[in-house]
Amino acid sequence: MNNTADKFILLSLRLITYAIVLVVGYILFDIIRNGFSALNWQFVSSFPRRSGAAGGIFPAIVGTFYLVVGTIAVSLPLGVGGAIYLAEYAEQNRFNSLIRLAIITLAGVPSIVFGLFGLGIFVLFFGFGPSILAGSLTLACMVLPTIIVASEESLRAVPKGFRDASLALGATKWEMIRTNVLPYSLSGMITGAILGIGRAAGETAPILLTVAAFYLPRLPKSVFDQVMALPYHLYILATQHPEAERIRHMQYGTALILLLLVLGLSLGAILLRTHSRKKFRW
Amino acid sequence: MNKLKNTFYPLTAPKLFITDKLMRLLLMGAASTSVLVVCLIFLFLFKEAGPFAFKPGLGKLLDSQWIPVSFQQERFGVGSLLSGSALVTALAMLVTVPISVLVAIYIAEIARPGEREFLKPFIEILASIPSVVLGFFGLLVVAPLVKATFGLSTGLTALTGALLLSLMAIPTIISLSEDALVSVPYALKNASLALGASQLQTIFRVTLPAALPGIVAAVMLGIGRVIGETMAVLMVTGNAAILTASPLSSVRTMTATIAAEMGEVPFGSIHYQALFWIGIILLVITFALNIVAQRVLKKYGMMK
Repeated sequence: MNNTADKFILLSLRLITYAIVLVVGYILFDIIRNGFSALNWQFVSSFPRRSGAAGGIFPAIVGTFYLVVGTIAVSLPLGVGGAIYLAEYAEQNRFNSLIRLAIITLAGVPSIVFGLFGLGIFVLFFGFGPSILAGSLTLACMVLPTIIVASEESLRAVPKGFRDASLALGATKWEMIRTNVLPYSLSGMITGAILGIGRAAGETAPILLTVAAFYLPRLPKSVFDQVMALPYHLYILATQHPEAERIRHMQYGTALILLLLVLGLSLGAILLRTHSRKKFRW
Repeated sequence: MNKLKNTFYPLTAPKLFITDKLMRLLLMGAASTSVLVVCLIFLFLFKEAGPFAFKPGLGKLLDSQWIPVSFQQERFGVGSLLSGSALVTALAMLVTVPISVLVAIYIAEIARPGEREFLKPFIEILASIPSVVLGFFGLLVVAPLVKATFGLSTGLTALTGALLLSLMAIPTIISLSEDALVSVPYALKNASLALGASQLQTIFRVTLPAALPGIVAAVMLGIGRVIGETMAVLMVTGNAAILTASPLSSVRTMTATIAAEMGEVPFGSIHYQALFWIGIILLVITFALNIVAQRVLKKYGMMK
């Protein structure tokens, strides 16, 4: 009796788990199946026409690319630097626990609030206007905690003996970090950065208020220009466009490109992590 | 020997030590940016929202009606928006928490190692799907499903939003709950099994209670994520700012209101300031949830 009940419960747990797997699979399947038929070279390489109802999504791809590059340029040095400080230098004191509290807080701030913040400080106060610069800085603030946490974890994974050996040979602390810690934690840090960037590439709310242009069928000339971006383009096509019902293929195509970009980044990060785990083993 | 001493110490060593000091400062500066950004977020949100507190006064926010554009009397009550967010979040959690905890139990305690290697990354894919893509999927697949199931005139309801939000919260809560379950000491599980308890008895009466603080913290972090989520709810909840408790009516959340209206308001207007106040409310709620979750984790020694 007890045994049958146990078996039944175990089976239900398994069913629930695989139901979730099925749902994930179906979402991917739906986007890929419907998006695939919209994809062709012209779709990814040409400019949109008729407010995005026809033509391609080239400027949105370029815009997202610029935003991603801008976000990395700002958040990577700050995030990795901060992580090195926290993992190697920071002792237990008030100031350092304040830093940790700030990182946890940042990680929980809703993305739309980052949008408001970016609007208030970068767009208006610094006068950048809605621009690549303002958008990248906003996204960089958002992904900073992700990069710090992942980088710190990867630094802490380097065995203590490496550090002791280096210090015992007379290296200064920075020499020790540079020669005996960073080389071994680099791939872990890059993994963290890519995961953060994937998140930035797919976010809509922060760029809604700081950079994204509704319909701008030309390429930006400087960092002070607005751009189109893939997530915002999808949002507009799906909900704001007067012909939304008739241009489903354009929407699915955009969704697929965005999904491929973000999943491609995550997959790259995971492969890199597996590869480096094989390379460095201690 | 003498020569080495003379060339090495006076020339390179001070430089090395200066570099060392400099790097320390530089890295500390990088780490401090987080503190700076958090301070700036609070500062600028209050700066932009500020004047509203004096005219027309914060009391205006306590209204239940949100009618920001009107010929007679604009009203900036966050009541209906708060209730919209609360309704969607509560529904989402009702769906998410039992499913996530059960799946976490399966992955942590029951699944075979090979199975785990497949399940974990596959469910994590869900977390990396951009919210706008999930919202789009919700608009075209989930909304029609809800509409047909309940025989409604529109599928854009609080329930639809809640279902999508639970898709977003499920991977977060599964992964954090699984960490909590795995961190329960083996000695406890083994003791239970040695006393003759079955695998399931051990899971539900020993492992799960021991991991409970971690699971509670996971749920709180999940709630924080769900309240702050913008795009999916903006796309599928119908955006009607009404005070309701019905899962099948259209609602409008705080996040969706900011996203939908900020693009159209004149900078510095009362409406603009009211939207920033909504941002402050969101920030305070998520901040509080985060702090309490960390406290719980710390208190029960589950901090990694």
